Amino acid sequence: MPGLSINSITKRFADFAAVDDVSLSVPDGKFVCLLGPSGCGKTTLLRMIAGLEEPTSGAIVLDGDDITRVPTHRRNLGMVFQSLALFPHLSVGENIAYALRIRGASKDDQRKRVEELLAMIHLPGFADRPVAKLSGGQRQRVAIARALALSPKLFLLDEPLSALDAKLREAMQVELRQLQQRLGITTIVVTHDQREAMTMADLVVVMGKGKILQAASPIEIYRKPADAFVADFIGITNLLPAEADSAGRTTVLGAAVPGVALPSGAAKATISIRPEDIHFAKPGAGAIPGTVSFVRDLGGTVETFVEAGGTTIVAVATPRERPNVSVGETIGVVLPPESCVVLQP
Amino acid sequence: MRREPARALADYTPLFFPALMLIVFFVVPFSIMIAVSFFKRNPAGFYTPDFVFDNYARFLTAFFGSVLGFSLLLAILVAVCCVVIAFPFTYLLTKRSRAVQTLWLVGLLSVLSLSEVIIGFAWSTLFSRTAGITNLFVAIGLMKEPVALLPSFWAVLTGMVYQALPYTILVLYPALVRLDPTLLEAARTLGASPVRAFFNVVTPALRNTIVATLIMVFVFALGSYLLPQILGRPSNWTLSVLITDQAIYQSNMPFAAAMAVFLVLISLALVGLTLLVGRKENAL
Repeated sequence: MPGLSINSITKRFADFAAVDDVSLSVPDGKFVCLLGPSGCGKTTLLRMIAGLEEPTSGAIVLDGDDITRVPTHRRNLGMVFQSLALFPHLSVGENIAYALRIRGASKDDQRKRVEELLAMIHLPGFADRPVAKLSGGQRQRVAIARALALSPKLFLLDEPLSALDAKLREAMQVELRQLQQRLGITTIVVTHDQREAMTMADLVVVMGKGKILQAASPIEIYRKPADAFVADFIGITNLLPAEADSAGRTTVLGAAVPGVALPSGAAKATISIRPEDIHFAKPGAGAIPGTVSFVRDLGGTVETFVEAGGTTIVAVATPRERPNVSVGETIGVVLPPESCVVLQP
Repeated sequence: MRREPARALADYTPLFFPALMLIVFFVVPFSIMIAVSFFKRNPAGFYTPDFVFDNYARFLTAFFGSVLGFSLLLAILVAVCCVVIAFPFTYLLTKRSRAVQTLWLVGLLSVLSLSEVIIGFAWSTLFSRTAGITNLFVAIGLMKEPVALLPSFWAVLTGMVYQALPYTILVLYPALVRLDPTLLEAARTLGASPVRAFFNVVTPALRNTIVATLIMVFVFALGSYLLPQILGRPSNWTLSVLITDQAIYQSNMPFAAAMAVFLVLISLALVGLTLLVGRKENAL
């Protein structure tokens, strides 16, 4: 089977399991983001795929071949490090050609391939510059070109854009995604930035405490988070307590939400609803009564904070649908049932 | 970080004290030595102020020339041996755990507390026929009978490398600890075996450190005069030995001073040449 498959892999450091029995299947040519807070094991998992860290148990299979014990330099992969790790004593061209030089490619072939790659990353004519003279974004591109010099089977990136400023980072995310689609190369990126994951990935893998919490497409992760941790980590969400009354109807903070069913037998659960899904209405039946505590008008979006039943509910609206509310006002908060996600306890 | 250039005289005040120290303890004695090197020797007494080139002329004989050549060669060899041994050792040391590193560094520092005399006599015992390491080799069947390994050139070299090695490691250690480990990992993901990556990436990235260390050990080894006498034959004696001999036992201060000045000039020229070559290659 083409693609990468990770079979119940575990990495222990002393008595701490950095990666705990993780299995994942990445189809050929897909873009995967390993997402999670620091210390969740995502970098360790990536380093095991690269062969820089030896798994305690489990197997890594690439295109049907078990590569668990294959040393890094025979794995045919390209990797971009968080520090970029460009060789300071080599020029841009020599950095990119390093993998070719190791394999004994002729000077002519090296030069040709370097020119090709420099054109691909929009830096033509940069071959003879020293890496120290490049800007952050340029160094980033050179690191990507160097990793892709041999058209590897697997493209791994460890927090590649973390050193760039916000604007450049967003631009590079789009560029990286377009490059990956053009080359059709299986790509795995480690990141702690959920926006980055949403922008680039076909498959987002959310990790926490060494385990995979959810692996799905970005929009599914956003719309149907598996648990409270995922819901809270991906974007902003409201986590609200839901109860089932004797008649089996579900209520949230005292307001009935018809059409939302709790897991059978459970009297209590937590639901997640995204701020942009919340509407306001006049206080009354079917709405949660609350008091507006703060309005943050950011120009592009308006965030309204409502105190209701001891928790703060956040609602986001565009200026076009700007809610006509002011601080101190009592309003009703409406939760559209189709937007409520009942989370696993 | 960009620093403001110094403008007023007051900006230089922090430099006054070190400058004074340098003048009192280096410039003045060194100037006196240069002056003495032109003085005339008085066989009955000490020396009389003069301005003659006799001392330098006497130095330019085949004998002293070959001793100078030997001293430089020995110092270069010690420097190269030290770096060749210490560089991989220090590199591997930085890969160990914190506790292991500390243990090794403390051990190496304790070697520094040994005086040159103790090192010399310890090695002369180790190399001797009666109590030396060759007895061990005989015991495990490597040799037929114990032999004396000294006095010899190799004994001198071993002793001097032993003495200079802790300094070498301590100078290399900070640079190697600070080296970004992902450089090596990057080379490996690009298809270089660990050994190849080490020579392709680690060594060139630390070129300047290696050159600086070579120069330091070279200068350090040039001043050695006890070990060659304890472990070597007279033919293994360095210029420092002859300078000591002339200054202390022959009471020929002007000649000793001339040799010392010459040694300083030659080593300065060598160090300058190394730096010049290094800069040219860096500019490429």
